[in-house]
Amino acid sequence: MNQQLTVNVITNMYQQYPAVFRRPLKQRLVRWLIWTGFTAFTVYCLAQLGFFDVGMIAEGLGKLYGVVSFMLPPAAHGRFLDFLWAIFETLGMAFIGTLLAALIALPMGFLGSKNVIGHPVFHFVLRRLFDFIRGIDALIWALVWINVVGLGPFAGILAIACSVSGELAKIFSEAIENVDRKQIDGVRASGANTIQTMRFAILPQVFPVILSTSLYYFESNTRSATILGIVGAGGIGLQLADRIRVLAWDQAALIIIMILVTVYLIDTMSNRIRHHFIKAPEIQR
Amino acid sequence: MLAFGIIFVFALFASAYVGEVNISEFVDGLPSFFNYFHQTLPEIHAKTFQSDIADWYWGIDKWMSFLWDTVLIAFLATLFGFVFAFILCFAASRNLNKNYWTYFICRRIMEIARSVPELVYALIFVFSFGIGPFPGVLAIAVHSCGALGKLFSEINENVDLGASEGVLASGGNWFQVVRYAVVPQVFPNFMSYTLLRFEINVRAASVVGFVGAGGIGQELMTSIRQFLYTDVSAIVLMLVLAVSVIDVSCEKFRHHIIGQEFLV
Repeated sequence: MNQQLTVNVITNMYQQYPAVFRRPLKQRLVRWLIWTGFTAFTVYCLAQLGFFDVGMIAEGLGKLYGVVSFMLPPAAHGRFLDFLWAIFETLGMAFIGTLLAALIALPMGFLGSKNVIGHPVFHFVLRRLFDFIRGIDALIWALVWINVVGLGPFAGILAIACSVSGELAKIFSEAIENVDRKQIDGVRASGANTIQTMRFAILPQVFPVILSTSLYYFESNTRSATILGIVGAGGIGLQLADRIRVLAWDQAALIIIMILVTVYLIDTMSNRIRHHFIKAPEIQR
Repeated sequence: MLAFGIIFVFALFASAYVGEVNISEFVDGLPSFFNYFHQTLPEIHAKTFQSDIADWYWGIDKWMSFLWDTVLIAFLATLFGFVFAFILCFAASRNLNKNYWTYFICRRIMEIARSVPELVYALIFVFSFGIGPFPGVLAIAVHSCGALGKLFSEINENVDLGASEGVLASGGNWFQVVRYAVVPQVFPNFMSYTLLRFEINVRAASVVGFVGAGGIGQELMTSIRQFLYTDVSAIVLMLVLAVSVIDVSCEKFRHHIIGQEFLV
């Protein structure tokens, strides 16, 4: 093993094992084709979405510069309390929306888990229904609910409740499917009926998961509640869209900062509560 | 326990008050909600099945092209997000960058980029660049850059530094360390997160249209606002199907990538 590495040795090696130094032609061709295809597709996308419209982009950049310079410094112009109220409205929307979603999702979760109702077709249909509800964005639900209950935070609450209930129902039913079988057997053996089995054998096991998931979703719903207002469903988003509509950019900037602070505070708080109050393992998502 | 109960009840009532929750209004509105859903369902009879479907999906060509635009927006936004996150992430990893100021600046840029919601960026960009898909791409790209950059730098911080010591010892500079020691280790994970981001961005691209930033959202909002009931169900069904097809195929691809070793 004390052979010295010279140019001779390397050329020798190269001749003996060309595949180590250079990939075979077929592999190189395939790689080249993939990259060409990728580049061509990207260029097509750029063209399709107006990235080659230099005039529009130049004008837009000028306007964007104007917007940013109007944003600084952020100012309230005496509307700070309105904005603060709207922040509270947003938090309220997220809170009640999450609560409603959890209340809807709990029975749905029981119905949708294999070990509660064993019928495969029923299980399949219900799970696909959850997927479908989950697939519709909260903003779409908000637009629909605005048509039903009118503009305002109430539509936002219902939108959050609808879109999140599908997601929570899926998580809950997966948690219920993973419960320990022994406790169910024990409660059954002492003569409990189905409802009592759910109450005394399943619920105590899944309750920590339900609580911590709901808290997590409260956090994420606060984020979505801030933007629901942009389509008219109340909260801080409504104020933001309104301020942008009248081109009060400094106030809009203040609102954006307020949103960031709120989201940050809620994140830290719910993390604290999760770690302190509920001593359940983190859910793998 | 009691204290938490009291806080909970208080929060509930306060939220109900500020959220303008009105039970009677809700109960009154509930039938009209189900009515709404009933109206979105198309009339389909077994006898005239084909023509009924054709009638329901009368705008399929237009909607397909909008849906295609949505996917393109998500693709391009993910690509831009990836490129900028890739540029920023190495400087934003503590183990690779010992210079505090560049680290700090890169971190803050990514934080600002990801904490503002896409829709807010979209509002600002639509005002500047006008209605169309261009501001949508920009808005989603900025947000993705922040989100991906954070994940990328976290991956970088967990990298095995043995390889980079090797490159340093053989005389490599910082860029060579990153290129030959770090990137080969982290690239599969980067790709996996980017694909996951693409899935998220397809959803985002379908709603940025609500503020005028292109894609199927614009069409969907028009049909909801104008009470074109069956159009709403047709578009939503298409959208959910498209999103789930993309989700499933991305997931397959992701598992394929993670299992593979990238040497070049």
